[in-house]
Amino acid sequence: MSLAEPSPEGRFGDFGGRFVPETLVPACQELERAFREAWGDPGFRTELDDLLRDYGGRPSVLTECHRLGAELGGVRVLLKREDLNHTGSHKINNVLGQALLARRMGKRRLVAETGAGQHGVATATAAALLGMECVVYMGEVDMARQELNVFRMRLLGAEVRPASSGSRTLKDAVNEAMRDWVATVESTHYCLGSVMGPHPYPWLVRELQTVIGREARAQCEALLGEGTVPDVVTACVGGGSNAIGIFAGFADSDAELVGVEPAGGAAIGRGVPGVVHGMKSYLLQDEWGQVQEAQSISAGLDYPGVGPEHSHLAAVGRARYEQVTDVEVIDAFQLLSRTEGIIPALEPAHALAWVSRDRAALAGRTVLVNLSGRGDKDVAQMMDILA
Amino acid sequence: MTPDAVPGVAPGALETTLRVARDAGRKLFVPYLTGGLPGWLDVLRAMADAGADAIEVGVPFSDPVMDGTVIQDSSQRALHHGATPGSVLEELRGHDAGVPLAVMTYYNIAFRMGHERFARSLADAGVAAAILPDLPLEEVGPWAAAADAAAVETVLLAAPTAPDERLPRICARSRGFVYAVGLLGVTGERRELADSALDIAGRLKAVTDLPVLVGVGVSTPEQAARLCEVADGVVVGSAVVHRILDGGSPQELADLVGEFRTALDRG
Repeated sequence: MSLAEPSPEGRFGDFGGRFVPETLVPACQELERAFREAWGDPGFRTELDDLLRDYGGRPSVLTECHRLGAELGGVRVLLKREDLNHTGSHKINNVLGQALLARRMGKRRLVAETGAGQHGVATATAAALLGMECVVYMGEVDMARQELNVFRMRLLGAEVRPASSGSRTLKDAVNEAMRDWVATVESTHYCLGSVMGPHPYPWLVRELQTVIGREARAQCEALLGEGTVPDVVTACVGGGSNAIGIFAGFADSDAELVGVEPAGGAAIGRGVPGVVHGMKSYLLQDEWGQVQEAQSISAGLDYPGVGPEHSHLAAVGRARYEQVTDVEVIDAFQLLSRTEGIIPALEPAHALAWVSRDRAALAGRTVLVNLSGRGDKDVAQMMDILA
Repeated sequence: MTPDAVPGVAPGALETTLRVARDAGRKLFVPYLTGGLPGWLDVLRAMADAGADAIEVGVPFSDPVMDGTVIQDSSQRALHHGATPGSVLEELRGHDAGVPLAVMTYYNIAFRMGHERFARSLADAGVAAAILPDLPLEEVGPWAAAADAAAVETVLLAAPTAPDERLPRICARSRGFVYAVGLLGVTGERRELADSALDIAGRLKAVTDLPVLVGVGVSTPEQAARLCEVADGVVVGSAVVHRILDGGSPQELADLVGEFRTALDRG
């Protein structure tokens, strides 16, 4: 067994739920029904699997990092290479599923929020493939630091609209996408990018991302021996979709599950339970419940909340959540590039940064890292930082 | 069938006031203003004196997903001025506006303070009701229980997207009035009145005896009057707040309320 279904109310333990404006309640209910039906339909599953293989490039490979492992003093590091997917990250797994679902529901328009731009690019890609209209909301700050992805989305035929309120990052892009959806719900599917938001999204997106964990489990057993799993499975956590995707393959095993949050956006590490963006989860907020702005080098993790299932896994102790600083991330970004010839995105560089910092404790152990995306989008930013 | 007749629960101050006025043939006008802006209590008083039947007071929240740019801006401005839920309620305490007040904010404000404490704080500040637009019927239970216990009325919203079977259930749990969302979209001024506003008002009137007030996208006295051919009244937010953000004096806001009042009284 992997991770459990949420309750009928969309709860993972104390977390989750559906805290949305009344206008959106029927749409969330309809989406839940449609997904449950599609997910149980072999025809839908086959169509998605074919698309993931023939278009997305799945399965993604598992790479053992011998030089990195030696540099870390004997940690056996395995990378699940989601960076090699079409569009360069794990986000494609989710959007192909949601775009097919939207089409099945008769919706011709997709809206999405994006932080680093990876989910926006993936959504724009799926929209182009299926001939759908696409609008992506992106914080003004993120549009500036991820210029390349903005251009990429426009090239793919999507309209990129700036979110200019609040912190002008991912949180505000989610607000704008929800406002759009409130106004367009009859024709539009909100293609949410992570395991967050109102029920059914945290569950729906998790199901679409479990392909990472399923593949990785089989690949690890092929490498390590039947029935053998890595000692540790780790991934970065912003909303937490790549982490849930890989955790799902190992939740029933003895593997330790470690999510890595940015120190400046550590909802689980530094937040308290709250309700925003349709879900109850750990949240960075002040004493009155005003949501605080996250501060991270990584636009994709610059988010004050976290997916509710992560809050649940933390609360019940099945996963633990570590924090790394921007400085540690910058080091890890360079370390993987130099030792393995793989330039990671800044997001998975968080997971690598934790492995690097805890190398002494991890020596002699096998660590599976979800390399959720490639670093091309971050090269310009890093050029400035390292100049 | 009167689905909103709740045994053992006496109507609160807001519902009583609105029902008495409605039953006397008056159309109801409820303006909204953001709490915590400089001089807001003077505006509150002026609007009450100018003929508002009740007033919605926004407690500013950092992430108002149901609000358009005008109320987003006023919320941000109030937050920059240092407004907190505590400071807004403290200012209201002992200030007799002369009409019932409903606080409009987002659920995290209530959740963070704790349901019982937030409900008590509202009651202590003389607030009759609460409107939490991101707390739909399925999630409202725990808050509503605390609010009921503190005699705070919880106003629920009903949207055009709701199937028919959902509306009586919303009305049965709503207190004070039922807030009909006039269009698909967030708060903000619109040039034209959406057909959906009349439609949702009519659908609600067919299933409830609670006062039915339409809000979201109601911008002019003419639109308000047209709506009140079906609805019991209107809630007007952005058009009012827009005037406040433009530096309108309490007298100018009273004049604006007067224009709505006149249009509604003329019928």
